[in-house]
Amino acid sequence: MSFSRVFLGLFCLLVAILLLAPTLVVIPMSFNGNKSLAFPPVGFTWAWYENFLTNPDWTTSFTNSLVIALIVAVAATVIGTLAAFGVTRAASRTGGLLRALLITPMVVPGVVLAIGIYAVYLDAHLVGTVAGFALAHTMLAIPFVLIAVQASLEVFDRRLETAAASLGAGRLTVFRTVTLPLILPGILSGALFAFITSFDEIIVALFITSPYLKTLPVQIYSSITRDADPTVAAVGTLLFLATSLIIIAGLLFGMRRGRT
Amino acid sequence: MNAPQRSAGAAIEIRQASKRYGAFVALRDIDLHIRPGEFMTLLGPSGSGKTTTLNLIAGFTDISSGALDIGGKSVTGLPSHKRNIGVVFQHYALFPHMTVGKNVAYPLSLRGIRGDDRERRVKRALDMVKMADFAHRYPNELSGGQQQRVALARALVFDPPLLLMDEPLGALDKKLREWLQLEIKRIHRELGTTFVYVTHDQEEALVLSDRIAVFNGGRIEQIGTGRELYDNPATLFVGRFIGESTVLRGASEIVNGDTVMTVGGDKIVAHGRLDGDASPVILLRPERVALKRPGSDAVSGENRLSGTVAEAIYLGSGSKYEVKLKDGTIAVVRAPLGAADFAIGDAVDLTFTPADLTLLPDDASADTTLT
Ligand SMILES: Nc1ncnc2c1ncn2[C@@H]1O[C@H](COP(=O)(O)OP(=O)(O)OP(=O)(O)O)[C@@H](O)[C@H]1O
Ligand SMILES: [Mg+2]
Repeated sequence: MSFSRVFLGLFCLLVAILLLAPTLVVIPMSFNGNKSLAFPPVGFTWAWYENFLTNPDWTTSFTNSLVIALIVAVAATVIGTLAAFGVTRAASRTGGLLRALLITPMVVPGVVLAIGIYAVYLDAHLVGTVAGFALAHTMLAIPFVLIAVQASLEVFDRRLETAAASLGAGRLTVFRTVTLPLILPGILSGALFAFITSFDEIIVALFITSPYLKTLPVQIYSSITRDADPTVAAVGTLLFLATSLIIIAGLLFGMRRGRT
Repeated sequence: MNAPQRSAGAAIEIRQASKRYGAFVALRDIDLHIRPGEFMTLLGPSGSGKTTTLNLIAGFTDISSGALDIGGKSVTGLPSHKRNIGVVFQHYALFPHMTVGKNVAYPLSLRGIRGDDRERRVKRALDMVKMADFAHRYPNELSGGQQQRVALARALVFDPPLLLMDEPLGALDKKLREWLQLEIKRIHRELGTTFVYVTHDQEEALVLSDRIAVFNGGRIEQIGTGRELYDNPATLFVGRFIGESTVLRGASEIVNGDTVMTVGGDKIVAHGRLDGDASPVILLRPERVALKRPGSDAVSGENRLSGTVAEAIYLGSGSKYEVKLKDGTIAVVRAPLGAADFAIGDAVDLTFTPADLTLLPDDASADTTLT
């Protein structure tokens, strides 16, 4: 019995290493003394971090991504949440059909979408605009919100809404005071998914980017193909730290809620 | 000042109300008048339309046809949140993200009641259900009985003139149920609010109610006090649903204006006769029967049915017998403490007077709907 436990533990460790390896390679690379992406790195320098924080190519693309992802998080969360209500509360046949339709952006290959979007954007003069990016990424992000919110709506007890109505709450008040607080975890995780979907989206971005508007993934891509310097590793390390912090914060928050 | 406020209860008047779901008729032309401050129980088997009736009053579903007045005013088209009715559900329906105190304060906040006034009323309501010490707990930290008491406080804290309860004790064990029944009765007495209570437990209905409406298959069979329903059931269904009974069937004839029925070869007499030409059955209550040894002295005018004891159960407060009659019917008999004892297999006579019997028209549906 204890043998199988040890074995299980070792196996888990192995999987963890496998999953973490690429990330763990990136961190030392970001301090590489040479202007190369070779592994293992030699020497030590903060220069690539400095480059990321000062070079306008990097700073503007980062701000662009941040702005677009925030717009997308808000828009996709609102639309996706409303859609989740529609899908959950429609008759089950209609609901299933609607749902299948609404998650197509998730299953259609990215390139197909990208080509379609690009073709339309050329006509509509949306290529290389914040609005264009926000629109395209919102479309890609809606399915994630839909799935997250629908999951929490399905376990939400609708009889609580009836109870609230009997106590004197109109429909909007019921939503604000009962439904929303109880499905909020789903909405927040949907918003997070939407943000990340936009923030690290590359395929559509490559099509609709322009020299005047680049997002961070586009900048990373062009930096790799052009300079191949360790700034990308520095960016990767920073993003890794940021996401780790978000996840840890989320876990702590969840633990606190779980206790009450 | 801790005494709960007495609020005037609202009258309810339901006239010729029907509820259809597509082709299915869940309620068929029901008439129900509930007096202000009355404790009315809707009693009936599963699927008989009790919850549907409650939902119509609460405004959770629309009436298909007919009229519904609450407090003398028609409420047709009035949404549930404007009806000012307290509702207690079987599944408690407490808001899991709010403490007990917040749950009870919820209807007050919606009515613009804030600050000290709200605090005071929340405390009063929680005191009334003896839950004041739990105001800071969350619902998932309470037992079922405690949750239901909080739900009751929440439904009453805004002094509604009418409280609806749908099997509020259905999920609780027997001891707790009996205790809460008494609590509900006390609260009803203190408040003067009209209570409409749904249950399929006839004992609970008898304990609680001023009057009981017996539902069956989307219709109301009879409305009356527990005593009226028990002593004078209007239909065989009501007779069988309220209390224990034995139904006697057999060929019958009218002799001198009384009904004489032959049950397993024995002739028994019941006073009067049925109107119309429905075939009669006789309803016999277990405590109206005295068991005697066969051949013991007959009293004049007494009915006798012979049978054998199939089951004898000692209950402490007396005994209960099941006697198999000659035609195969199992008759239930309750003997008081001190009556002669009989053992399984003993031949006995059931004796009772014609006045102990209730004559009712036969109704096949009364058997099938009972479980
Ligand atoms: N939304 C609905 N659609 C179709 N039929 C319904 C609907 N709601 C209730 N019914 C039907 O109406 C009938 C009465 O239902 P109701 O809920 O009033 O029964 P009840 O007396 O409360 O029974 P129970 O003791 O089981 O709660 C049932 O046959 C039920 O199937
Ligand atoms: Mg019901």
